[in-house]
Amino acid sequence: MTTLDTPEPDIVAKRPVRWHIAVFLLPAVLVYTAVMIIPLFDTLRLSLFRVVDGQSVFVGLDNFRTVFGDPLWSASFWNALRNNILFFLIHMVVQNPIGIALAALLSLPVLRFRGFYRTAIFLPTILSFVIVGFVWKLILSPIWGVAPFLLDIVGMKAFFAPWLGRPGSALITVSLVSVWQNIGIPMMLIYAALLSIPDEVLEAAECDGVTGWSQFFKIKLPLILPTIGIVSILTFVGNFNAFDLIYTMQGAIAGPNYSTDILGTLLYRTFFGFQLQLGDPNMGAAIATAMFFIILAGVCLYLFVIQRRIRRYQF
Amino acid sequence: MNTTMKRMMLATAVAALSAGAAPAFAEDVTLTVESWRNDDLSIWQEKLIPAFEAKNPGIKVVFSPLAPTEYNAAINAKLDAGSAGDLITCRPFDLSLAMYQKGQLTAVDALAGMENFSPVAKSAWQTDDGKTTFCVPMASVIHGFIYNKEAFEKLGIAVPTTEDEFFAALEKIKADGTYVPLAMGSKDQWEASTMGYQNIGPNYWKGEEGRLALIAGKQKLTDPEWVEPFATLAKWAPYMGDGFEAQTYPDSQNLFTLGRAAIYPAGSWEIAPFRAQATFEMGAFPPPVRKAGDECFISDHTDIGLGANAKSKHPEETKKFLEWVASPEFADLYSNALPGFFSLSSAPITLQDPVAQEFMSWRAKCKSTIRSNNQILSRGTPNLDTDTWISSANVINGTETPQQAGERLQKGLDSWYKPAAQ
Repeated sequence: MTTLDTPEPDIVAKRPVRWHIAVFLLPAVLVYTAVMIIPLFDTLRLSLFRVVDGQSVFVGLDNFRTVFGDPLWSASFWNALRNNILFFLIHMVVQNPIGIALAALLSLPVLRFRGFYRTAIFLPTILSFVIVGFVWKLILSPIWGVAPFLLDIVGMKAFFAPWLGRPGSALITVSLVSVWQNIGIPMMLIYAALLSIPDEVLEAAECDGVTGWSQFFKIKLPLILPTIGIVSILTFVGNFNAFDLIYTMQGAIAGPNYSTDILGTLLYRTFFGFQLQLGDPNMGAAIATAMFFIILAGVCLYLFVIQRRIRRYQF
Repeated sequence: MNTTMKRMMLATAVAALSAGAAPAFAEDVTLTVESWRNDDLSIWQEKLIPAFEAKNPGIKVVFSPLAPTEYNAAINAKLDAGSAGDLITCRPFDLSLAMYQKGQLTAVDALAGMENFSPVAKSAWQTDDGKTTFCVPMASVIHGFIYNKEAFEKLGIAVPTTEDEFFAALEKIKADGTYVPLAMGSKDQWEASTMGYQNIGPNYWKGEEGRLALIAGKQKLTDPEWVEPFATLAKWAPYMGDGFEAQTYPDSQNLFTLGRAAIYPAGSWEIAPFRAQATFEMGAFPPPVRKAGDECFISDHTDIGLGANAKSKHPEETKKFLEWVASPEFADLYSNALPGFFSLSSAPITLQDPVAQEFMSWRAKCKSTIRSNNQILSRGTPNLDTDTWISSANVINGTETPQQAGERLQKGLDSWYKPAAQ
């Protein structure tokens, strides 16, 4: 009891400075600063400048005025944003529900060959975008592709169309390829969440007569909602940063007629130039900054509005 | 893949050797040629450089190519840093013009041999007023149509010279059904513009006349000369293969070299690769004229030139090499080593490859021009060249009418381009 009388401040004062924390953090902080934070702020800075007569001049928000105000620039920006939103919605409507369904199926105790399915469905996620892009381009090729061939076998050749080459279907096709590739991620995350639901909860539900479908919707789904939220925000960030799959399947010009142009490809063409078009780092940085704020807004909306309303259960 | 690897290794080895060996031959001057044509490494090492060195003892030349996609960025960085080679391979138009304006390339007007080049040949490497030339033109690519001779013989089709004959031939090939009439797709978009619009267009806008009038602002892209080629292009669609909307450039090449297509709208750079793959005999014909007896025009697009680095340590030797590049001897060596890349020199040369010969023979019959939107007009945003790709593909896909295409292009051009005061 006497020890309680010892004055506290003295102990605190005697505690050595914990240098090791800083030392251990330092490499990661340095690397992260060098490759992420400095480029990020430099991009923001770059977007406020413009090259006039070979000199870099501070122009304030003029570049943004061009992106949003100039009829030609804003047309391509809004087109890219619209396509990007559609790209994201297709992922949300197709990828995540199917991912949840696959996870639910995988977690069924009666399922056989579970390991095989899990690996097979997750496999495309670890493939390179380049491989996925080229493989699907070949599958869907009207000349050499297996898609028209297989459809022909079942007598459905009439339903085949050069989907990647038509403005109406190209974006949907590319989105579905992206869904095919990335579906492993929501599946695995939600699968893990489903496995972490304690058996007692499910047993209690069964005792109360809640089984099958109603058990999934009334017991399991509410318990995995936080994970679905995380999956959604990952999908959002991933989709608004997307570039590689469109680039490999449709090229930097995101044809036909910019129908698959998303913010990433627009940024690429603006920043690095395209064919005879010389690159414009300042305008490119302005688009990159706009992308940054779009993603930031989406993430904030999630963090401050949605995540706070999701009810969490502690076992 | 394998040969590319070998070439790259060879290139690295050569670069390493030259770096190490330079001090040993201090009395010899070594010139370095910067280029993006890594495909041509063996041609330079085995044919071109030995021919020059044999005549010019004391000068050693090293050809050191970079990857084509990295060339523009890398060469600019090297020039800015002062570490670029003595000779710079010049891209046409603005990329090289910017180098000249920064004082990184020297003017070449005074070189012996420059009189071998026509004004069109030099236009890609001149200041906007046409008074100063800063690169020696090396080669151009010519547009036309390559066809499958066997297919034409089997179907009894004569080589078309007018547009009516051309479409009659396409109709006949389609009716027969053995071959896809036209091997072209619209997926990659640039084919539609480069091999389509820019291929047949010069016959409509009368080559240089129309191109210069467009730059001067005397013609607009909404004028019939510029809209009608789109209308003709739209008529190609029924003769292109099934699902041409998703057919890529390599698809088209393979379709033709596998003998499944009869006519390939081409650039002459296809000759060498087609030779290596096709097992049938090939022929070529220039873009058909609109009516029999019309004057013909061809797109003879300036593609590659060679300039002197203003900071070269050996200006005299560099000049000597450039003069050799401007000579008829180089023209002959180069054009034969690379069938499909034609020397821009007006000196007569003899080509071995019959298809390449056919392509080059059009220069004598028809008037040459370059791609209409490459000089000056591709400088701003939106880029006219890129826009032309998209409109050409749209017109073929039927998602835009020729009139709409013309209006869209002119609107884009008007947004930044003001023709010089008249």
